[in-house]
Amino acid sequence: MNPFLHRHLLGIEGLTRPEISFLLDRSEAYVEQNRGVDKKKALLTGRTVINLFFEASTRTRTSFELAAQRLGADVINMSVSSSSVKKGETLIDTAMTLNAMHPDALVVRHGDSGAVKLLSEKVNCAVLNAGDGAHEHPTQALLDAVTIRRRKGELENLRVAICGDIAHSRVARSNIHLLTTMGARVRLIAPKTLIPSKIENLGVEVFHDMHKGLAGCDIVMMLRLQTERMHSNYFPSIREYFHFFGLDYEKLAAAKPDALIMHPGPMNRGVEIDSEVADDIGRSAIREQVEIGVAVRMAVLEALLAPPREGGA
Amino acid sequence: MGHRSDHSPGRIAFINARLLDPASGLDAKGALLVEGEAIADFGPALFKSGVPSGIETVDCRGHCLAPGLVDMRVQLREPGEEHKGTLASAGQAATAGGVTTMVCLPNTSPVIDDMSVVEFVARRARKLGLTKVYCYGAVTKGLAGQELAEMGMLAESGAVAFTDGTQAVGDAQVMRRALTYAATFGLLIVQHPEEPSLARGGAMNAGETATRLGLPGIPREAEVIMVERDIRLVEMTGGRLHFAHVSTAGAVEAVAAAKARGLKVTCDTAPPYFALNEGAVGDYRTFAKLSPPLRSEADRKAIVEGLKAGIIDAIASDHAPEDEDAKRLPFAQAAFGGVGLETLLGVSLGLYHHGGMTLLDVLRPLTCAPADILGLPAGRLTKGAAADLVLFDPERGWRVDSDDLLSKSKNTPFDGYLVQGRALRTVIDGRTVFDAAHGPED
Repeated sequence: MNPFLHRHLLGIEGLTRPEISFLLDRSEAYVEQNRGVDKKKALLTGRTVINLFFEASTRTRTSFELAAQRLGADVINMSVSSSSVKKGETLIDTAMTLNAMHPDALVVRHGDSGAVKLLSEKVNCAVLNAGDGAHEHPTQALLDAVTIRRRKGELENLRVAICGDIAHSRVARSNIHLLTTMGARVRLIAPKTLIPSKIENLGVEVFHDMHKGLAGCDIVMMLRLQTERMHSNYFPSIREYFHFFGLDYEKLAAAKPDALIMHPGPMNRGVEIDSEVADDIGRSAIREQVEIGVAVRMAVLEALLAPPREGGA
Repeated sequence: MGHRSDHSPGRIAFINARLLDPASGLDAKGALLVEGEAIADFGPALFKSGVPSGIETVDCRGHCLAPGLVDMRVQLREPGEEHKGTLASAGQAATAGGVTTMVCLPNTSPVIDDMSVVEFVARRARKLGLTKVYCYGAVTKGLAGQELAEMGMLAESGAVAFTDGTQAVGDAQVMRRALTYAATFGLLIVQHPEEPSLARGGAMNAGETATRLGLPGIPREAEVIMVERDIRLVEMTGGRLHFAHVSTAGAVEAVAAAKARGLKVTCDTAPPYFALNEGAVGDYRTFAKLSPPLRSEADRKAIVEGLKAGIIDAIASDHAPEDEDAKRLPFAQAAFGGVGLETLLGVSLGLYHHGGMTLLDVLRPLTCAPADILGLPAGRLTKGAAADLVLFDPERGWRVDSDDLLSKSKNTPFDGYLVQGRALRTVIDGRTVFDAAHGPED
């Protein structure tokens, strides 16, 4: 039985542990399928998925597109530049127009937190959040979880450090919800300017020193520093940021010797992560994250669009 | 630290002293032994039965022996404006005033917003071997109030706290980020509390005197508003903030309330603000043009009360040398600032003579209190600590004459002022660097 009874996937917050586990398990099955020669299934034949991206993103969009195609769905990509479309009525107008074309799913990315939710209230089909402002990016958190689980066996009791621009990161928020729900212990490491207020209330520990924060961690998840924010006084310079908060071998030494390094990409090498560390095939799971992204999006599309079936996978 | 020149550190016994240590509350007759660069021992019982032979002896003749003064606010003018003052001239003035540690503002040229300048000042000061010099780093690049300076790396290279010097961080969002970012590393921000738009164009305290003289005024509210704003930002960010040279009753009141609420807020004042009032501007005396401006008599009294109550933590000289070209101008055009290193101790002792404070109460804000605020290893008598000492006579009267000052610039607001209390000898790392009997050494 498909225990995932939601109509949309707007975020990780609010999902239960069994629901998350179900999505992770299904994703694992698709990882194997994607590695095989025959990648395509007919599960979603006849369905239409529209990728509606108000913010440019090649990797996420491609990943969703491949996922839908591999399940046999028809895919349309729509890029809407955020300058021509503003919030409020225009967003809803777009939604209504697309809704009139009877899609089965809309995969939506938008620069404003909450925009995807607003859109979901105006359409009849399933809506998948592909990232909304600084709010959530649920499929990224799911693919991170699958990556961790494949390397570490489980999520429970793992000590995970999420480092960098927490304040503006939807990846961080989705990961915090997912990891804490699954029983991992989450630490955030960043200068105080990049830690939003009261985030401890989400069940995480906050550190401002990489050596202390990384001590004993199983997973080191680096975040992309938003270059467009570099002149907003969150920190004085890239040089200083890298000195105190960039991941290099010296700081990584505080984590467990087999700690896994992750990054949602695209990386700013020499800013939040040292190239050597990023490319360390023994420790870095960054490429694997991209691979697993397709599988996770297949699992999510399946959960939301596939006809009911018996007996799970 | 430093070179030894022709001084022999050895062992020196200071006997017949009135030992004063505000950190421990010690005020007793006794002796102190210096071994090499450090304090080996001290106390009422030391050398009771005489000084063993082979130890050089200094007879203090009952005068006061205290930790050397820690001056948390000095403008050096080096690098960049050496015609106004240098590390050497400030060092001479400081040692003559009993100051053994000073902290300089970053408003040099180049600005201390880069590690190389911190290192330059430290290296030059070590070479001189006079008063120990620490630096503030800039809060914002170029002191422009816009982008944060590299506070973390500046702190690693030796900056003890961060300030934009004689300029306030005026933009509230920049101040918020500065306090938040600094809190990441547990660093202190020091604010020049003056709302820039209210102070713009002003030359002296707004009030009757300014009106009579026809000078544009700086309202006291410029200070109070900035103090109150920043206290809210401290509350919001969890940062640590120090207000420099408070001069108004309103600021003292606001700081007292913030402290009562448990916020990490401290403040200092400077001798002009408890010893003088706006009347000192008199007949357009530009030496009395200071920033903040000299205030009303009611404000002056409030500063004295703030010191007595311990609301004002520290007294700094606010040493700001300005050459004649900058001061010999119509009042409104003249530069702000006065020199203060040599008059710091004497003028402050007025609080003992006329203000009803004990010697220890006067010395605390001049020694251990500023050292504690900045985390400096100075300002107290401790066995094993550096022998940085001042021997002074609290009764010795003298008249301040700007021409006699050792500072390169002579712009003292206390010119002609009668002072009671003077440094007789200043010792740094066990070496006598100033001896009133022989004039300055080194």
